[in-house]
Amino acid sequence: MSHTPFHLGVALDGAGWHPAAWRLDTARPDAVFEADYWVSLVVEAQSAGIDLVTIEDSFGLQTSGFGAVELRRGEVRGRLDALLLANTIAAQVPGIGIVPTVTTTHTEPFHTATGIQTLDHVSEGWAGWRVQVSGRSHEAAHVGRREIPVLDPLRAASGPDEEQTALIRRLFGEAVDAIEVARRLWDSWEDDAVIRDVPTGRFIDRERLHYVDFEGESFSVKGPSIVPRSPQGQPLVFVLAHQQVPYELAVAQADIVGVTPHSDEHLERILGELGDAELRVERRVNDPLRIWTEAVVLIEDTREKAEEALSALDELHGRTYASDAVILADTAENVAAQLLRWQQAGLTGVRLRPARLPLDLERIARGVVPVLDETGVLERPRDASTLRERLGIAPAENRYATARPETTELIESANR
Amino acid sequence: MTTSSSSKPAKQIHLAAHFPGVNNTTVWSDERSQSQIAFSSFRHFAQNAERGKFDFLFLAEGLRLRETRGLIHDLDVVGRPNTLAILAALAGVTSNIGLVGTLSSTFNEPYELARQLATLDHLSGGRAGWNIVTTSDAFHGANFRRGQFLDLADRYTRAQEFFDVSSQLWDSWADDAIVADKASGEFARTSGIGLVDHHGPQFDVTGYATLPPSPQRHPVIVQAGDSPDGRDFATSSADVIFSRHADFEAGRAFYDDVKGRLDAVGRPRDSLKILPAATFILGDTHAEALERSREISRLQVSPQTAISFLEQVWNTDLSGYDVEGPLPEIDPVVTAEGGAKGRAHVHTDPIATANAWREQAEASGWSIRELVISFAAKHTFVGTPTVVAETINRHVQEDASDGFVIVGNTNPTGLDEFVDRVIPELQERGVYRTDYDEGATLHETLGLPPVPARSTSTVAGAALVSA
Repeated sequence: MSHTPFHLGVALDGAGWHPAAWRLDTARPDAVFEADYWVSLVVEAQSAGIDLVTIEDSFGLQTSGFGAVELRRGEVRGRLDALLLANTIAAQVPGIGIVPTVTTTHTEPFHTATGIQTLDHVSEGWAGWRVQVSGRSHEAAHVGRREIPVLDPLRAASGPDEEQTALIRRLFGEAVDAIEVARRLWDSWEDDAVIRDVPTGRFIDRERLHYVDFEGESFSVKGPSIVPRSPQGQPLVFVLAHQQVPYELAVAQADIVGVTPHSDEHLERILGELGDAELRVERRVNDPLRIWTEAVVLIEDTREKAEEALSALDELHGRTYASDAVILADTAENVAAQLLRWQQAGLTGVRLRPARLPLDLERIARGVVPVLDETGVLERPRDASTLRERLGIAPAENRYATARPETTELIESANR
Repeated sequence: MTTSSSSKPAKQIHLAAHFPGVNNTTVWSDERSQSQIAFSSFRHFAQNAERGKFDFLFLAEGLRLRETRGLIHDLDVVGRPNTLAILAALAGVTSNIGLVGTLSSTFNEPYELARQLATLDHLSGGRAGWNIVTTSDAFHGANFRRGQFLDLADRYTRAQEFFDVSSQLWDSWADDAIVADKASGEFARTSGIGLVDHHGPQFDVTGYATLPPSPQRHPVIVQAGDSPDGRDFATSSADVIFSRHADFEAGRAFYDDVKGRLDAVGRPRDSLKILPAATFILGDTHAEALERSREISRLQVSPQTAISFLEQVWNTDLSGYDVEGPLPEIDPVVTAEGGAKGRAHVHTDPIATANAWREQAEASGWSIRELVISFAAKHTFVGTPTVVAETINRHVQEDASDGFVIVGNTNPTGLDEFVDRVIPELQERGVYRTDYDEGATLHETLGLPPVPARSTSTVAGAALVSA
């Protein structure tokens, strides 16, 4: 049967995405700062055949909005650095994509690029990067390099606001540059740069290493990377996007864009906007952009039980949990059915956000995945040796290797 | 068996394992030499060092590839991982050994780096360490937002302020800040999370740290600079000095100087360990060890490497010279820009250096290659495992060091032989652990006093509490 291959990602964060999930008997809130907790979650995902996990992060304590930090008593606060955590997990769990969140706003593009590249070496080809932009003014104060005014979503929603639009454009422009630098650094060593040539005493052929010479508004980076080219060459770039400017970032630089439709009509509108962005922005990645959806999931044996469990969590939370993504409180079969509808609409994957960890991850792994497997929509080549292969993304060409006038050189050297 | 004749208990030796570097010490032409970047190399290296009960493994940092005369240096191993990322990965495949990384205070920001080090300490169960280094040159700055502005004189000012802000961040959560009380719904005591609000010449950092105190609260601090500023920084803030004084007499002088500085500020002498870098060559007999040393030094200094060393001083093409012959009689080309970039030491007066080298070579009857070997491939300990162990022990018992940072010459197996043959000799002498203490942090493994109790004044009730 002909179909659009469909892939599954799971977004890991704290004790789950519902703010009150940590209070359940099944939750392990005291373990969120321990490696073993995360390793056991990823083992669960990997053994179910889930394609990738993402790890949430931010450049400061979690907040519910864009304003000042509230040290909310009632919610999980504090996080391990996602890039480091990803490396610890990758050293122990093979064969699943590991995609940490790293902001582009306050970090050094060189460190981020080499950190993700190292993750690709450690995981032997299963690394990705969930790119994030930090528009929070309190996070800017952690570095003191610049001031970011407080973003006010209400103001933004009430109509065009030049100041906020300019800020958003600046932050996402910097993200485009940071990904550009990373992609160039990832290619800055050709695959065969290490030659170990004893007669000439050379470990590398330096003609196969390349300066990236990037100069942008916020930074410039000379290169090459300190890290030799990694197994995937280009680790996977994932961007979650909700509106025009982030859609343009995704079109320009992402391998996968995550979108958050709340209805079929909404999805149609999002796809239209992404299509418009494709007309405005030049894509800098060879492979076509893959569109995934996002959903918070809470799974019980019946829809009624799921809705009750969600209400009970909301009650603990003191208000109704609102998310940028749709919340599916339902049975495993019905969640699977929704994913199939998305698949039939032409989407190529979904990133599921378990409302409760580890509970809903287990139910995705043991409930949703088997149902989808029966339909045959999941494409999981058993012999995939990298995340790119697993997702059916073509091997990454090296921009410098293909640009090198090898034949010209050969002719010239023959003439010398 | 021990060299000490007094009744004082023998000092315990501390050892660190240096991952093979991107310099000529690391022999890549050897058939046992494996990938410089594959994770399997790092795993082997770390697990072997842990088998040898080393205190910690040590990684240098890459900020930019080395260059010689404007070209990427291609004669040594090139390429290494991101330091923090690979240490986090190694935390997942080891259980007891310390994980110490070199991280620049110039091309990082305290909020982010303090958080990453705290993360590493959590992930490893208290085994993180930070070799804090300073960098000031524009060469490395070309890969970073900061660019090239840092003045040489500000290097340690920045390092000290960086360390101070980091400490504030590490100390800003009370030990019992996290309650995670499912029944009451209290996750963290808001009064247990303090606001850091630092404003200094180098940094402005305002905000909350994102992590509760890690098992060690502060990583073990390593310092490697040798200048008076560097020694002052070590005296005030470091737990370990990675020194270059492996020679017995020079080691004693350095040891005396630094421990004397500790006395002056009232720090206990054993609260700062001095570990010089040391290479080793073993043999079944002394003669065999000498022969291996000679062979390996010639692998470490290939003809091309010998010429390249000279070119860094002469600043001109010397490829026509025979490395087995005498040094060039022409004088170095002197320009404002030096020859080598991205290396720790730069020759400030090339003509004087060239003259000194010529004299030295002539006096010793050395060829170019032999001269370069004499300063670029000299091995610290050469002998049978018994003699090497006895020498190491003598240095420690007689206060020339507290141990060594052992540098192998092949990646990743360079320390296998040391673990197989020298470690048991040290253990037999009762001067080296036969196992780690269960669950020990790196501070504990090194025999360091615990990090002083957090000053409660940093935890102010400045937190905004939402309803």
